[in-house]
Amino acid sequence: MSRTFLDKVWNDHVIAKLGDDADLLQVDRLVLHELSGSQAVRALAEAGRKPMSRGQVFTVIEHLISTRPGRGPNDSASKSGPIMIETTRKASRDWGFHFIDYNDPRQGIAHVVAPELGIAFPGATLVCCDSHTSTVGGVGALAWGIGASEAEHVLATQALAQGRPKTMRVNFEGRLREGVYAKDMILALIGKIGAQGGIGYATEFAGSAIRALPIEGRLTICNMSIEFSCKYGFVPPDDSTIEFLAGREFSPKGAMWDAAVAYWRTLASDEGAAFDREVTVDCDRLEPQVTWGISPQQVLPIDGRVPDPSQAADSESRTLAEKALGYMKLEPGTALRGLPIDVAYIGSCTNARLSDLRVAAAVLKGRKVKAGVQAVCVPGSTPVKHAAEAEGLDRIFKEAGFEWHESACGFCGHIGDDRFADLRVVSTTNRNFESRQGPRTRTHLASPATVAASAIAGCIADARGDRE
Amino acid sequence: MEALRQVTGVAAPMMRINIDTDQIIPTFFLGGTDAKGYGAHLFHRWRFLEDGRPNGDFILNQPPYDRAQVLLADRNFGCGSSRERAPKALREFGFRAVIAPSFGGIFFNNCYRNGIVPVELPVEDVRSIVAEVEALSGHGEVTVDLDALTVTSPGGTRFTFTAPGNLRQMLLEGMDEIALTLGQGDAIDAFRERDRARRPWAYEVPAVGAIDKHGNLK
Ligand code: SF4
Repeated sequence: MSRTFLDKVWNDHVIAKLGDDADLLQVDRLVLHELSGSQAVRALAEAGRKPMSRGQVFTVIEHLISTRPGRGPNDSASKSGPIMIETTRKASRDWGFHFIDYNDPRQGIAHVVAPELGIAFPGATLVCCDSHTSTVGGVGALAWGIGASEAEHVLATQALAQGRPKTMRVNFEGRLREGVYAKDMILALIGKIGAQGGIGYATEFAGSAIRALPIEGRLTICNMSIEFSCKYGFVPPDDSTIEFLAGREFSPKGAMWDAAVAYWRTLASDEGAAFDREVTVDCDRLEPQVTWGISPQQVLPIDGRVPDPSQAADSESRTLAEKALGYMKLEPGTALRGLPIDVAYIGSCTNARLSDLRVAAAVLKGRKVKAGVQAVCVPGSTPVKHAAEAEGLDRIFKEAGFEWHESACGFCGHIGDDRFADLRVVSTTNRNFESRQGPRTRTHLASPATVAASAIAGCIADARGDRE
Repeated sequence: MEALRQVTGVAAPMMRINIDTDQIIPTFFLGGTDAKGYGAHLFHRWRFLEDGRPNGDFILNQPPYDRAQVLLADRNFGCGSSRERAPKALREFGFRAVIAPSFGGIFFNNCYRNGIVPVELPVEDVRSIVAEVEALSGHGEVTVDLDALTVTSPGGTRFTFTAPGNLRQMLLEGMDEIALTLGQGDAIDAFRERDRARRPWAYEVPAVGAIDKHGNLK
């Protein structure tokens, strides 16, 4: 019988069936960070238990640690940051996890680091106390976000009970035009199927546009699965995946690499495998996308105008649109392009990898950020930062007027720094929820190219130039 | 783990779709490694004004909803961040059940581990319960029975729901899930041995890389 990628990976991890609607799954990789990992390690210790398989556990300091150049080991904008960092550091060292501290040259946002180091690999089950864990589905892992209690369970047993999701395949077909990116693809999908379109599903991203996409773009797409409420998103492994992982620090080596590749090549969904739901997105005509509201589904092509709630299809979207316009301080009919911004932010596990910084730098080169706009770049990982510096990208950012930070989650979520309070931010991150980036902060999600162009223009702008 | 068989209490309607966990408890208040201390910040940005005083317009600041034990919500409740402090904050406030047409998947699982039952009912059913609750200005109790898998509205209309078998059993009995899984130790060991022969790369991880005092890999 034809099987999907999910069927194959899931079945290969079932330790035991737990009744009709759940399986006990082997977990290949647990990734911890100081925001929720600290709770899991403390709870485990308080229960008098020990980690079962420490070699399969990785810790990265990244959520609360400051991004300030010259940061110290416990610097954080969060009041409780130091204790959470210290608890996580101590437990990781005491228990002998693979530990990547704030000053480790491999440090960065967990979902950026995991593929970069080969911690994530095709067919792996990988979990982390973070909803964007599905990012690493971009290298063909089955990865999902869990709560701290689930993480404690994984620490103690290296296994987790999960209900098997339904399957959805999203076919991105066609060729992206110049100046349109992975971020635009995923935002367009969310606009199409809604922020709850993926509840209960695992999504396989497929189609010619996905096959043509470099791994970094696939990571961006899988990152935002949870923004349509899909816990799992992945691109089954192909040649690009295998090429990307070859030689990474934790990738298998020698004969084991060959055996792994042979197994990984069996994981793609079989021809004719059936999915519970299929969606197609036409990429030929796709435009850069920008969100206007407080849910990622409230998104428009960059030439769009803010909708009029009174024209909404039903009372539900009307209420939602009214709330969004009120919060975002927008009037119906306002053009997105030209909307003045206060902050341009490039960072996060969505869009702060090397290819993202290159795209942004190409827009910024030889230009200046509009006076009065705060422009901030927080590279997705320290290796990304170093690679960007080796190429001279940092100079382009700084000469344009961008701040150049150390890597961490930074200003993607509001952990304590009120710097963006009450401001309008155009951001490469993944969430435009109310107050996500600060008290009453109004976030517009967009690609790195759009954010860079907007920084220069001082308003939401199309990186492809003014096309009247 | 805290057990729950049945809860009867005031039900608070918050009929808005996509209420995400950043709204349930903002990131700012996730500090600390404690298992408790989050209820005070439940729905913080809606519940309090900028100067910190309670926002009288917010439903959970209005009697009798300020002692609600059941939350009535719309689609995709608890979407977004995986933070387990979201159900913890709801539980500390006093909630034992959330009834909605659908839930964010990570939140759904987290609820069961924090003494809360997430109940999926069709949106028309949730709306009809809300209508009854509002007609009584909140002074009508809703019962959620996890044992019988039923919800009873203030007027006595009964709805049935389904719940994942193992999670339901865990919550009904207040079982320690980890102890339960450790009880399957033989199956886990046998699986790992088989799997290791087939996928050794999942188990044999190169040694932990040490770094020197300058932060460089040795
Ligand atoms: S960068 Fe943002 S979305 Fe990504 S893990 Fe960090 S806080 Fe979460």
